[in-house]
Amino acid sequence: MQRSLRTLLAIATLALGTAAHAEKVTITVSSFPDLDRGVKAAIPGFKKLYPDVEVKLSSMAYADHHTAMTTALATGANLPDVMGIDMGFIGKFAESGGLEDLSKAPYNATAQVSKIAKFAIPAATNSKGALAALPVDIGPGALFYRTDLLQKAGVTEAEMTKSWEGFIAAGKKVKASTGAYMLANATDIKDIYIRAGLKDGEGIYFDKAGKSLVASERFERAFDLTRQARQAGIDAKVSAWTNEWSEGFRRDKIAAQMMGAWLSGHLKNWIVPNTSGKWRSSQLPAGAFAAYGGSFYAVPAKAANKQAAWNFVQYLTLNKDQQLEAFRNMDAFPSLVEAQTDAFTDQPIEFLAGQKARQLWKAAADRIPAVAVDRYDAVAAEIVGAELDKVLEQGKDIKQALADAKSGIERRVRRK
Amino acid sequence: MKTTPSKWSQPRNWAPYVFVSPFFILFGAFGLFPLVFSIYLSFHTWDPAAGLAAMEWVGFENYLYALQSDDWLRASLYNTFWLALVSGLPQHLVAMPLAYFLHSAFGRWRNAVVGTYFLPFITSSVAISLVFSTLFSKDFGVVNATLASLKDAPLLGALMPASNIDWAQPQYTKWMISFVVFWRYVGWNVVLYLSAIQTIPKDVLEAAVMDGANSWQKFVHVVLPLLKPMAFFAVTLTIIGNLQLFEEPFILTSGTGGIDQAGKTAAMHMYSVAFTDGDFGTASAIAWLLFMLIAVATWLNNRLLGQRD
Repeated sequence: MQRSLRTLLAIATLALGTAAHAEKVTITVSSFPDLDRGVKAAIPGFKKLYPDVEVKLSSMAYADHHTAMTTALATGANLPDVMGIDMGFIGKFAESGGLEDLSKAPYNATAQVSKIAKFAIPAATNSKGALAALPVDIGPGALFYRTDLLQKAGVTEAEMTKSWEGFIAAGKKVKASTGAYMLANATDIKDIYIRAGLKDGEGIYFDKAGKSLVASERFERAFDLTRQARQAGIDAKVSAWTNEWSEGFRRDKIAAQMMGAWLSGHLKNWIVPNTSGKWRSSQLPAGAFAAYGGSFYAVPAKAANKQAAWNFVQYLTLNKDQQLEAFRNMDAFPSLVEAQTDAFTDQPIEFLAGQKARQLWKAAADRIPAVAVDRYDAVAAEIVGAELDKVLEQGKDIKQALADAKSGIERRVRRK
Repeated sequence: MKTTPSKWSQPRNWAPYVFVSPFFILFGAFGLFPLVFSIYLSFHTWDPAAGLAAMEWVGFENYLYALQSDDWLRASLYNTFWLALVSGLPQHLVAMPLAYFLHSAFGRWRNAVVGTYFLPFITSSVAISLVFSTLFSKDFGVVNATLASLKDAPLLGALMPASNIDWAQPQYTKWMISFVVFWRYVGWNVVLYLSAIQTIPKDVLEAAVMDGANSWQKFVHVVLPLLKPMAFFAVTLTIIGNLQLFEEPFILTSGTGGIDQAGKTAAMHMYSVAFTDGDFGTASAIAWLLFMLIAVATWLNNRLLGQRD
């Protein structure tokens, strides 16, 4: 008797629960700082369109978030409905098959892809052609430099950016007359050079068949330029995002930095807010165009509320007002072309002495090649970086280093 | 007809199991299961992002790969043993005499002094590593600033480097990590040795004094031999801890292992195989290889220090 009563109660509770669910759906969004600010900004506008959907945001530190998402995909437990993914992890996550293919029904996102910056799409597309996520922001690469330090050294922007040799020569002049380094780290040159000049569909480290492209002239030249810069003594030998890096800017010790356009926001907000008006942006040297990061949103295959999740992903990635909101407040460069061409792009940026730099970044975004990603890119990047260190620090021969990198990659990448 | 009640209907028969169950449930879920699962995993290839269904049986392939062609594992094992020795040996060579000194010189202030030595051990290793990487910063660090200011000092000045030392260079990385590890764990060993010294009967030491031993002779001929059982225990802990070294080198080299992987330990390599390469099977195989190495090192230590005279 007692047992049957309990069963009845349980059924009643369940029934009530489902009834309540039919009215209100709660979706969880997992993200990480600073990307989560975009989610917070999106919630009011989204609720106007979908009053029945509650959005719950859970946010973790960058590395923790991606580890937690890996675990969630592995076990199928604690999966969010909407998952934020950084460029550094998108290749692995897209390949995993744990995310919904947005190009298929009921999502049919292929129709929307033409509205999005083209270079961000291959990153979210896996080797089976499934579109695993949509880009929410992109990072067109740009060069930021201190106009006052360059002026003191008598270096013009054209002189600095016409070629990589010109960039290194300019760096020597800056170092000689101001004592400031031209670069935080010479390896930045390698990172850009190996990406620049690729055609749509080409990979950075691997070709379509998964063969390593490391022992090639592109990498040789990248290593050589990096070594030239290191030997010229124009780099501070510090890694980005370390204390020494930000301190280098604060003490006028680093005159320029190549990075995603969003760096201006970091410079203005916390690194060197007191140097407003002393900075300017230009295209990368030697006509290079490269992407620096970017973020994506995906719907896990085992998500509980896929339809509502998809609506939210669309709101974040394809809604012009939301894209502009993130552009204005977080300097997140929009992935949506319609938002890139908004009048906001033509406004001068105070921190960059009134330069209309967003036009510049938009032009760069148009020209960045749609590079193919490989799930082993991170492995290759680690090995190439380690070999470059040997070239720079121990005088290892470049050809030998790249041959070793190639065999190292082939050893560690055991494709099944 | 008389029925005998089942043994389990008596609460006093099953209640004890219920009361001890929390430990076994927690241990099973968070201790035993991961252990067994990682053995199972080490015979598979698995990218966890692809879900459990993506596991694929490969037999001993992961072990063979790790032993035969993983050159970074070899390099990181060399680093691990180097760090274990250079940071581990001084810990004991300093801790033993220090414990004896604290025991004999400090009377009632002893516990406070021991506490200061112990403090690094209970501080978060991440906080410690961050503080040290700030101290060893090339352009803005206190260490280089001190060296630079000593340049003007007479005599000593000639020994000082001409420009700021870049402590991230491979020739310094291991020394820097070893220093931090030594500094952190020496207090722990002092506490271990001190507790062993306190159990040495007073009459043994008094007898030595009667025989005319000075305090150095007392330490070498009486205290040291009696410390052997504790030394066995402390060295075992150091071997296990140092061969699994992870946090300090990880933070000090910002997770990369430093230039030329000079500071990359086997545990760090295992981590990057799992989380950068997404190859959890090989990472598990490396974990078990490391376990076997630690077992062998501990056994050797047992042969060396653990024998009863």
